Amino acid sequence: MWSDASVRESAALVAPVSAPIQKVSPMSGFLKVEQLAKAYQANKPVFADVSFTIDKGEFVCIIGHSGCGKTTILNVLAGLDTATSGNCFMDGREINGPSLERGVVFQSHALMPWLTVRQNIAFAVKSRWPEWKTPQINVHVEKFVALVGLLPAIDKKPSQLSGGMKQRVGIARAFAIQPKMLLLDEPFGALDALTRGTIQDELMGIVRETHQTVFMITHDVDEAILLADRILLMTNGQETDQGYRPGGMAEVVVNPLPRSRTRAQLHHLDGYYDLRNHIVDFLVSRAKAH
Amino acid sequence: MKAVSLNLRAAVVSLLIFVCFIGAWQLATTGPSIGGSSAGMTADEIEYAKMMGKDPGAEKSSGFPPPVEVAKASWAHLSDPFYDKGPNDKGIGIQLAHSLGRVGLGFLLAMAVALPLGFLIGMSPLMQKAFNPFVQVLKPISPLAWMPLALYTLKDSDVSGIFVIFICSIWPMLINTAFGVAGVKREWLNVASTLEVNPIRKAFQVILPAAAPTILTGMRISMGIAWLVIVAAEMLVGGTGVGYFVWNEWNNLSLTNVIFAVLLIGVVGMLLDLMFAQLQKAVTYVE
Repeated sequence: MWSDASVRESAALVAPVSAPIQKVSPMSGFLKVEQLAKAYQANKPVFADVSFTIDKGEFVCIIGHSGCGKTTILNVLAGLDTATSGNCFMDGREINGPSLERGVVFQSHALMPWLTVRQNIAFAVKSRWPEWKTPQINVHVEKFVALVGLLPAIDKKPSQLSGGMKQRVGIARAFAIQPKMLLLDEPFGALDALTRGTIQDELMGIVRETHQTVFMITHDVDEAILLADRILLMTNGQETDQGYRPGGMAEVVVNPLPRSRTRAQLHHLDGYYDLRNHIVDFLVSRAKAH
Repeated sequence: MKAVSLNLRAAVVSLLIFVCFIGAWQLATTGPSIGGSSAGMTADEIEYAKMMGKDPGAEKSSGFPPPVEVAKASWAHLSDPFYDKGPNDKGIGIQLAHSLGRVGLGFLLAMAVALPLGFLIGMSPLMQKAFNPFVQVLKPISPLAWMPLALYTLKDSDVSGIFVIFICSIWPMLINTAFGVAGVKREWLNVASTLEVNPIRKAFQVILPAAAPTILTGMRISMGIAWLVIVAAEMLVGGTGVGYFVWNEWNNLSLTNVIFAVLLIGVVGMLLDLMFAQLQKAVTYVE
């Protein structure tokens, strides 16, 4: 079965697929999130009791409607926000602030417009290794710019780049500091479908190569199925007959498709449509009350 | 072709306006002369008229000098700008240097206070609220109103002039710096946080460049005001500077020199503004 502990009623929809790709080991997680909750109004937490783990080298996507608290969870993991209750641990240490150990790719690319591509990435590299000399920084920067195929544009300002190129620079910047974990906040949300596909492929290639641990927010079901080893499904907080029920983790879906999948052949794989339908059904009928 | 011709056409129109203006000026100033002729006067009367400063023999124009005379005087001033013949007779270059020196010094002092304070106010909502009433009350005060207090406490006219420049330049810089710093995009600060950038580096490499266009706008406004105020301040305190020069020439009843000085003040003000426009261009970024 590809749904773990919190399997709910509709898991039976999908026939089990042979050879599960990723062994799920909930206790030995590299990243552990325990009983996380965030409340802006004390009696109405946006989400509560969110617990999950991510193993080293695992790619995990989180899907849910707007307002369910995905970005808050990511910001807590990044150290940019604090949870009302609960704890997060990475590599055995509690997360209580931003750290170079976790690279973040922001939805709005967040490049500094007064710096060139090279300077933007060098800024991150200098932060990571303050003792490095300029030539060493340059070599390192060029290596990661080459990784996302932007060497011809390395000395351009962000305003001279297309949306896709800017997002590539954001990804290169996050990879350049060689973090233990990567946090991506809907990195392709603002891109057109074609560009999105290309960069997804690139990201997948780099992640496979570097065995990077990744936590990513997305709204795109296909993107999640393509990239993720596991997909976390989140519900929104809602008023029910029994009173307010906070949002939270409804289900953890393990991706049964082989890890060698590519975007081109994804929809020909056995189990793809079952998986896709399952997630879409969740988003349409269960994730939100209205 | 189209763009070039627009500039060209604008230049032609500018030239036309200039020629019309000079022409009108010339016409207006070539009226009948005040002195009149010496015809019908006795020698005693002529002698008396000369003693009264009304030489009937001399070709005296009307009170207001024509453009040619101003041009001649301008040339004379500009060809020997740095002579020094005592306290009341210095070259225009020296006067200008005094004014620019005061403006520069007052402006630098204002920068030294306004930029750090603006950073503090911009970074901290508490400080913003705490400082706001003071800024709102002090900002609309005419800088010259400080002059008596400055003269009394500082006991030096030169230092008082600098103080007046300081007090008038500080507000636009302070307000714009605070505004620019407060408006730095959250995402850039988040990037700096996730990269564990220390506060000093964050201030100089993230917040400063992000807020620089707004800060430069404030500095440009400040410089404009400072140049307006220095002329008035120097008229009050006297001694040196273009403001004093204007007042001194008014006391000499030399309107020619006053007109020359007025034009010079305009040109120098324009150059100062252009300088800041260039600086502004250098720090502006496209998002």
